[in-house]
Amino acid sequence: MIESLDLLFSASLWAAVLRIATPLIFGVLGALLCERSGVLNLGIEGVMTMGAMSGWLSVFLGSDLWTGLLIAAAAGALIGLLHALLTVPLGLSQHVSGLGITLFASALAYYLYRLIVTVGESPPTIDPFRPLDIPILSDLPFLGPVLFVQTAPTYLALIAVAVIAYVLARTPLGLAIRMTGENPHTVESQGLDPALIRIGCVMAGSALMALGGAFLTTAAFNSFFPEMVQGRGWICIALVVFSSWRPGKALLGALLFAFFDAYQLRLQTVVEGVPYQLFLMAPYILSIVALILVARRAQVPAALMTPYRRGER
Amino acid sequence: MSTVLRLDRITKRFGGVTANDDVTLKLKEGEILALLGENGAGKTTLMNILFGHYAADEGTVKVFGKTLPPGRPRAAIKAGVGMVHQHFTLAGNLSVLDNVMLGSEPLLRAKSRCEEGRARLLALSEQFGLTVDPDARVLGLSIGERQRVEILKALYRDARILILDEPTAVLARPEAHRLFDTLRSMTRQGLSIIFISHKLNEVMAASDRITILREGRIMAERTPTETSSDELAELMVGCRVTRPKREAHAIGPPRLVAEDVTVHLDGKPMLKGVSFTVHAGEILGIVGVSGNGQVALGALLSGVAAPETGRLTLEGREIGGQGPRAFIAEGVGRIPEDRHAEGVVGELSVWENGVLEHLATPEFSTHGFVRRGVARCHAADLIKRFDVRGATPEMRIRLLSGGNIQKLILGRVLAAAPKVIIANQPTRGLDEGAIAAVHGELLSAREAGAATILISEDLEEAVGLSDRLQAIVGGRLSQPVAAERADSRRLGLMMAGVWEELGDAA
Repeated sequence: MIESLDLLFSASLWAAVLRIATPLIFGVLGALLCERSGVLNLGIEGVMTMGAMSGWLSVFLGSDLWTGLLIAAAAGALIGLLHALLTVPLGLSQHVSGLGITLFASALAYYLYRLIVTVGESPPTIDPFRPLDIPILSDLPFLGPVLFVQTAPTYLALIAVAVIAYVLARTPLGLAIRMTGENPHTVESQGLDPALIRIGCVMAGSALMALGGAFLTTAAFNSFFPEMVQGRGWICIALVVFSSWRPGKALLGALLFAFFDAYQLRLQTVVEGVPYQLFLMAPYILSIVALILVARRAQVPAALMTPYRRGER
Repeated sequence: MSTVLRLDRITKRFGGVTANDDVTLKLKEGEILALLGENGAGKTTLMNILFGHYAADEGTVKVFGKTLPPGRPRAAIKAGVGMVHQHFTLAGNLSVLDNVMLGSEPLLRAKSRCEEGRARLLALSEQFGLTVDPDARVLGLSIGERQRVEILKALYRDARILILDEPTAVLARPEAHRLFDTLRSMTRQGLSIIFISHKLNEVMAASDRITILREGRIMAERTPTETSSDELAELMVGCRVTRPKREAHAIGPPRLVAEDVTVHLDGKPMLKGVSFTVHAGEILGIVGVSGNGQVALGALLSGVAAPETGRLTLEGREIGGQGPRAFIAEGVGRIPEDRHAEGVVGELSVWENGVLEHLATPEFSTHGFVRRGVARCHAADLIKRFDVRGATPEMRIRLLSGGNIQKLILGRVLAAAPKVIIANQPTRGLDEGAIAAVHGELLSAREAGAATILISEDLEEAVGLSDRLQAIVGGRLSQPVAAERADSRRLGLMMAGVWEELGDAA
């Protein structure tokens, strides 16, 4: 018992929390951006897989890590464009299109991977992002090893939270995005094009999701393998609801989930006599509980999942 | 006065239907032009073309001498046209200021200039006497306040020409008066205004010029001084429409009786000790300004809300709070206040809506299966008998106009030969032709012996149809008065809640 509490004070636990949270932060931000404009993007799982593969592959084929991230984001945006075209101008069901995109993009990612890479006994590897050792700051007690020895994409994720929060809350573009998610006809009657805004948000959101995927192959691990996204996309969809569509709370939600996950991993080693599957389940169960507690008051964008058709009221 | 706006030979077709046919229209500076026409006459389509929501098939729009590119709202806004839609285009979850500022700044500006926006909004609201709280959430505003926000939105974008689509459809009478005062003061400050309406009296009272549109074509142009309501009605509908008159006839025994009934909604008392009796073959009118307990009364009379105290009896048997199903089974027919939300299911077909309330009866279902053939025939009957125009049993009911949906609801109720009819604002938003039809049906149900409770804000309607009237004020009901004795002074006092002075009546 004492041991399991001691774990809470280890810097390595909290460093792991940030690391585990990074792909979730990217993913939840991306999903949030799409949904704020009124489009549910269930393609997230596939987009993340595609991001993981394309980021890794471009580094494997010789580009540097940052170019790898850029290519992953571009691949994500491209798949986002497909989802946007299906759901915005064509007005198809966002659920069906999203699930289809997940199946399609995941399969395409494996296919391209197998087409280009020869897999032997073990999957080929790349040289991933190394933890930055920020001078002076990383020597701070406790905070140093938690906050200042992460890999670069983790900081990028934190910056992205701030940027998205600012854009949504403080800029005319953010107002237009929020309004598109609330009532696209309002946007049209004020002389803006809600369809373009939605397409843009889905593309940008998908690029963010893809970065989350790319983090897995270029920072957390150093190789790509099937099923590596492991439902993180679905967790992000739930976290958006948990966050009540707010970037700050989305960050909190991602950290909370990552904490459950990191903690249960460590608990497995100190608590004996309990099947480890129970620990594996814990983060998901706790997420559901958190969702029940928080999400009932959540404020859903009023036009979420409502296709916008011009002239139809 | 110079011409600020010119629509030149506009034609617009939707599929095979011609919504606007060669329409030419001019608006002069500082003028209020009323565009009068029935529902479906093409008024809204014409204004949507002007604002760029639709592109016209033929014809041009010129604002201040410049031709607008078709189908571009942004261009219309830039040229100085502002539009207040009938169904407000506001985002309920956002603040008034957010709603007003949207689209007014370059999208890629690094920071919204909220403080400037707020100052400008407050200045405008001062200048035109349109009070709003910039930080209030739109969802919490009344309908009248929302309309002010819509008008301010247009003014904020420097509109010089303001178009209002049925601006009074959702307003109570005092609010409508205030709106027209505001519009008048705007024209004095140099704005020019077009408002769409199908209400003769407000067109006569509030406009400088009236253009009458029928079946997509301009029928005539008049000034209020050279015309009369009767002439306008004739021009608008194409033939003389007169509302049917109530004939005196003998009244039967008491049907629906409420004794000292109190109803709570959301834990608050909304009806406080109300009593009324409605007899067979009688129409009892409940008049009052909306928000005085009509919603609770409607809920009580349809079985949705149960009486907290007191009794509601139908032919002597207690019925209060037994649920809508029991009410329908007992022969209570209901015409709900909000026909789109409570009356019909928009995405379902006409025949499905036609049997919605009676689905569980052996007439329309056996062994848990819907008798589709019978139900379709029933719908076809209703369409024919109640003149539901443009309807077929198979089409989605959403595609019908409000008046025709109302006729179908009315038909659904009357076809079941109800003992009691609850008609809640039965003609709200309908045009003259449809109003006359609805009134005619309610009166013939009265002839046939139905007991009707008519809840209406429209005094003319209430006095015209009802045998007796009661006013609803703050959740209480006045003593009934006979319609013959309900002059405007007495009704005014009743609706103000001054009952004692009236002495006993009825």
